[in-house]
Amino acid sequence: MGHSWDFATILQNWPVLWVGIKGTIFIFVITVILGLGGGLIVGVARYAKSPFISYPARAFVEIFRNTPVLVQIIWFFYAFPILTGIETDPFLAAVLGISLNTMAFSAEIYRAGIQSIDKGQWEAGKAIGMTYNQTLRRIILPVAIKRVLPALTNRGIEVFKMSTLASVVGYVETLNQAKLIADLNFNPIESYTAVAIIFFVVLYPVVQATYVLERRLRRSD
Amino acid sequence: MEWNFLAVLNDIDLLFLGLVNTLKVTGLALFFGVPLGLVLALSRLSTFKPLSAVAGFIVEFFRTTPPLVQLFWFFFALPILIDVSMTPLIAAVVTFSIQSSAFFAEIFRSGIQSIDKGQWEGAKAIGMTYSQSLSRIILPQAVKRMIPAFMERSIELLKTTTLVSTVAYADLMFQANELAQKTFRPLEVYTIVAVIYLVLIFLCSQFSIWVEHRLAKSGEGTVR
Amino acid sequence: MTEIVRIENLHKSFDNLEVLKGIDLTVNSGETVVLLGSSGSGKSTMLRCVNFMEIPTSGKIYLNGDLVGNERSGKMTYRESELCALRSRIGMVFQHFNLFPHMTVIENVMEGQVIVLGRSKSEAREKAMAQLERVGLAEKAEEYPARLSGGQKQRVAIARALAMDPEVMLFDEVTSALDPELVGEVLKSMRQLAEEGMTMLCVTHELGFAYHVANRVLFLNDGAILEEGEPQKILKTPKTDRMREFLEGHSLFKLPD
Repeated sequence: MGHSWDFATILQNWPVLWVGIKGTIFIFVITVILGLGGGLIVGVARYAKSPFISYPARAFVEIFRNTPVLVQIIWFFYAFPILTGIETDPFLAAVLGISLNTMAFSAEIYRAGIQSIDKGQWEAGKAIGMTYNQTLRRIILPVAIKRVLPALTNRGIEVFKMSTLASVVGYVETLNQAKLIADLNFNPIESYTAVAIIFFVVLYPVVQATYVLERRLRRSD
Repeated sequence: MEWNFLAVLNDIDLLFLGLVNTLKVTGLALFFGVPLGLVLALSRLSTFKPLSAVAGFIVEFFRTTPPLVQLFWFFFALPILIDVSMTPLIAAVVTFSIQSSAFFAEIFRSGIQSIDKGQWEGAKAIGMTYSQSLSRIILPQAVKRMIPAFMERSIELLKTTTLVSTVAYADLMFQANELAQKTFRPLEVYTIVAVIYLVLIFLCSQFSIWVEHRLAKSGEGTVR
Repeated sequence: MTEIVRIENLHKSFDNLEVLKGIDLTVNSGETVVLLGSSGSGKSTMLRCVNFMEIPTSGKIYLNGDLVGNERSGKMTYRESELCALRSRIGMVFQHFNLFPHMTVIENVMEGQVIVLGRSKSEAREKAMAQLERVGLAEKAEEYPARLSGGQKQRVAIARALAMDPEVMLFDEVTSALDPELVGEVLKSMRQLAEEGMTMLCVTHELGFAYHVANRVLFLNDGAILEEGEPQKILKTPKTDRMREFLEGHSLFKLPD
């Protein structure tokens, strides 16, 4: 290998990269909140008794789980404005694509969590005079969410990685800025390696924490 | 606004070509990724510490870094590093083979670990070597349990291959971009492409659910 | 009498826990030796050292007069290929059967013959059928193990080991996981084997089997052989308090007067 590694150019361009990192954090926080939060609503809706609620929820989940997230982002960027007249910038298109995709995936996680709860819990809630909503909120969901916490964390990790796709429509995030640095300084090796390392350093501890969480939950169950 | 699919339908063969390329990349990545995943899993399970540490690092690294970053690295950085000419197809196949092998490795690992230790002992006691035990006794049982997780991962891979459009490989997504520019009909083009993916992936998931039910009926547990 | 297995000064430790503290034992051709001892006495570990399911920490093991492994400056080293070949000459039956669930009964019994010994499929099938007949399960040849009772599974496991034409058979608490009413059929197969002259080393809690079938009984305590002798003697008049307590704990078994 004749290449001599030179990360100095990356450090010199740190302000450029930092803008991207801030962009990544910003879009991650928004999409992870919308995705995991909205997913709870869809997941509960999917479990609803009324078919007018559960069927649309199911259709939503199937559509957004069974199409690639990049297709969703690009659709929201190029097609959605024509259809609705609402202008979307790169940020909005990426947020819509990633959030809706994450909502669909996490809805299935919440649903699996709710289904894993013993029927006796519903009956116990009913027996002390709770309504459906009260039982769901106070008895079922707290336990269900605790159980699916590792799966939700994994989803969060996926969202963080997915944020790089926003660069495809031109949103300014880490990968986008790395590409800029690479093009200006002719150092793609260092630029892309740096991005890979940044993601690894952030996510590796989270992944390890998930393992610990999984083990602890298995023991407490 | 008015829907007009005619312009798109005239050039539908462009999209068809893209679909073929999408399936080609997916198939090649599976072809290389699955055996590589098995090698990584066995290395990670090895009692030889350095080997399992290296395999563990590779698996975790490729699971925690975004596939698009990996693709850019293999497409833009690797050719400079080792002085090879890189085509979008090679970069895509290399990236997705390694990336999915990291995930397949974890599926293999949990499948192998889910097999009762007594099976290893039974095989060992009749004089089988490690590789005989693995190939004749352990894997046939483990693979059956891995099928649902394996199919789920393959579907994820199919979706992830859309990223190759960013390095100008003519997959379905890339062809869609081309067609949208050519026809000035992005709404229709991207909607059709979304529907093609939806149908393709929905069918794959339904097939996978069907297989899972059949396995459940035959009393086989599964692993995630 | 020819010696089949000889164990010299066998030691085995797991991490810092010494489980076997110097065992010497010779098993002669056609002999049935029963190992008794409470849990944690090291009897299973000792049995598993004979076919190197566990690698001894130190000591020597001879099969048919040949030393297993190579001695280098006082330490034994073993090659995996040598151990595989050795294991194919020693039959082992486990507490939990360890049948291969993805293979039929006959495939279970053929597997080692074909893969390890390199016999042809037709020869292996013939041998397998003969062994299944021996344990009375020929009619179950095409069934999967999941469809068999525990006792039947264990008899298949015995047939699987026998089909390899072993020089000695190891039985590791083979009736402990069985429902009480199924124990008899397995013991019957074992007794038949012993009477046909198979060399057998058995870890068991079945004192009746030890009394009636064994030529010799060893009592292990804390990783060492505490008592050894003919079953009729040592089961009736144990010399040590430790063994007397052990036998009293098995009050279900009444020795014939």
